[in-house]
Amino acid sequence: MIELQQVVLGYQGRAVTSPLSGKFCAGSMTAVIGANGTGKSTLLKTLLRLHAPVSGRVEYTHGAAPRTAWLPQLADMDRQFPATVYDVVSMGSWPASGLFSSLTRRHRELVAQAIDRVGLSEMYKQPIETLSGGQFQRMLFARLLIQDAPLVLLDEPFTGVDAQTTHFLMALIRQMHEAGQTVITVLHDNELVERFFPEVLLLGPDACHWGATQQVLPRYNPLGLNLVLSA
Amino acid sequence: MIYHFLIEPFIDYGFMRRALVACLALSISTAPLGFFLLLRRISLVGDALSHAILPGVAVGYLLAGMSLVAMGIGGFVAGVLVALISGLVSSRTNLKEDASFAGFYLGSLALGVTLISLRGSSVDLLHLLFGSILAVDSQATLFVGVIASVTLLILAALYRGLVMETFDRSFLQVNNRFAPHLIHGVFLALLVLNLVAGFQILGTLMSVGLMMLPAVSARCWAKTLPGSMLLAVVFGLLSAWLGLAWSFAAALPAGPAIVLTASVGFFISILFGSRSGLVRSLFKGWITTSKEIK
Repeated sequence: MIELQQVVLGYQGRAVTSPLSGKFCAGSMTAVIGANGTGKSTLLKTLLRLHAPVSGRVEYTHGAAPRTAWLPQLADMDRQFPATVYDVVSMGSWPASGLFSSLTRRHRELVAQAIDRVGLSEMYKQPIETLSGGQFQRMLFARLLIQDAPLVLLDEPFTGVDAQTTHFLMALIRQMHEAGQTVITVLHDNELVERFFPEVLLLGPDACHWGATQQVLPRYNPLGLNLVLSA
Repeated sequence: MIYHFLIEPFIDYGFMRRALVACLALSISTAPLGFFLLLRRISLVGDALSHAILPGVAVGYLLAGMSLVAMGIGGFVAGVLVALISGLVSSRTNLKEDASFAGFYLGSLALGVTLISLRGSSVDLLHLLFGSILAVDSQATLFVGVIASVTLLILAALYRGLVMETFDRSFLQVNNRFAPHLIHGVFLALLVLNLVAGFQILGTLMSVGLMMLPAVSARCWAKTLPGSMLLAVVFGLLSAWLGLAWSFAAALPAGPAIVLTASVGFFISILFGSRSGLVRSLFKGWITTSKEIK
C-alpha cells in the first residue's frame, strides 16, 4: 500500500533517522516503536504528507494517497474546546459529507452507531471538556470508525488512558485490522506490541529495523535506555 | 434618569442613532469572529491586523481625503497584504505566525502615522486612530451594514469547516491539503474586512476591542459554541449601547468609551463567570482553609 524508498525523516531539513526502506502492505498492522526523538511521530506526519521527507521517496500503490483516518496525540488536542461529543464524532462524516451540505440521515445514523460502539451513548450531548482522558480517546476512536478509511494512522493512542479503556480500544484496533484496514500505530507499550502486532518498525538514530515482531522486538531494549537516562 | 442616559440621546440626535445602528451591526459580525480568534489561540492577530490596515487607510486619505471608500479599500488591501506576507514568512522561516505578525504590524503602524502626518492635521490623525462618531453618515452606516451581513453569510456557509479546522487542523489537512489554507485565508480576509468596517467609528486602534473583549467575556460563561457566540454578540451589543451613551453623556471619544465598557464586562466575567469564577474559587479556597484551621 505504501512503499518507502531510502526515506530520511526529519523536520525542516534536519534528519532524525537513517535511510528507511520497506513496505506497509495492504491490510497489515504495524507498530512503530523507538525511544523519544527517534522520529515516530515524524514518520506518521510524513505518511500523512503533513511533512516532506528530508530525502527519499514515499510511493503509494494507486498513485495518490488513500483516504486516511488519523488519530493525533491526545496532548495536541484542545480539550477545553466548546463542542459536544456528538459534534466531534460527526466530524468523521467529512469528507464524505462535503464541507457545506448538511448531514444526511445516513450520516447521523452512523454517528449514533459509532458513539454507541465506543460506549459513550449516554454522554453524546456532553461538552468535551467534561470527559476524562479515556473517554476523550473513545470519542476520537468513534470518529475514526465513521471514517472507515483504508489507511488508519494512530499516534500513541494509549497515552493518558486507563487500563480498561486501553483494553477496549486495542480490541477496536484489532477489529479494524480484521476488517482489512491498514493500521500503523506509534506505541510505547512493548507488551501490547508483542501480543497484538504482527509487524514492527523500530526507529533508532543509527539503524532502523523493520519486520516480523518476533525478530525485531528483541533488538529493542527500553530498559537499557532508561538506565542511561537515569544515570 | 435611565431614560435620560440610555435612550434620549439616540432619540434626539441623528448621528447618535446612526452610530448606534452601525455599532450594533458591527457587534453582530465581529463578536463571532473574535470568538474563533480566541479558540484558534491567535487572539493577538486581530490586534496586529488592526494596526496593519493603517498604512492603507493613510494612502487612501492622502489620495482622496476623508473618503470612506478610498480609505476602506486602502485599509483592506493593506490588511490582506500583511496577513499574506506574515503567513508566507512564517511558513518559509522558523518564525511563528504571531512573531512575524508582530514584526509587520509595528512597522505598519509607524508607517501609517507617518503618512497621515505628512499632510493631515493632528485632529485627522486622532480620528483615524480612535474613531469619531460624527463621521458616521448614512453612507458609512450602510457600508458597515453590508460588511456585517456579508460576514455573517460567509461565516454561516463556512461554519462546519471553520469549526473542524479550529478544533483539529491536521484532521482536515490529511484528506484535503488545501482546505485548511483556504479556510484560514477566508477567515483572515473576513477579519480584515470587519476591522475596516470598524475603524470609522471606533478607530483603527480600538476596533479590535469590540471584537475580542465580548468574545473573551463570553468564554468565561458559556459551555457550547453556539451559546458562546450568541453571548459574545449580546455582550458586544450591550457594550456598544452603554459605551455610546456614556461617551455622549461625558463628552468622551466613542471608541475608548465602548472598549472600556467592554473591559468592565470582561473583568466582571473573569471574576464571576461560571467557567472562570475567580471569586468562587477564591471563596472555596477560603472555606476549605478555614475548615482546616478549625
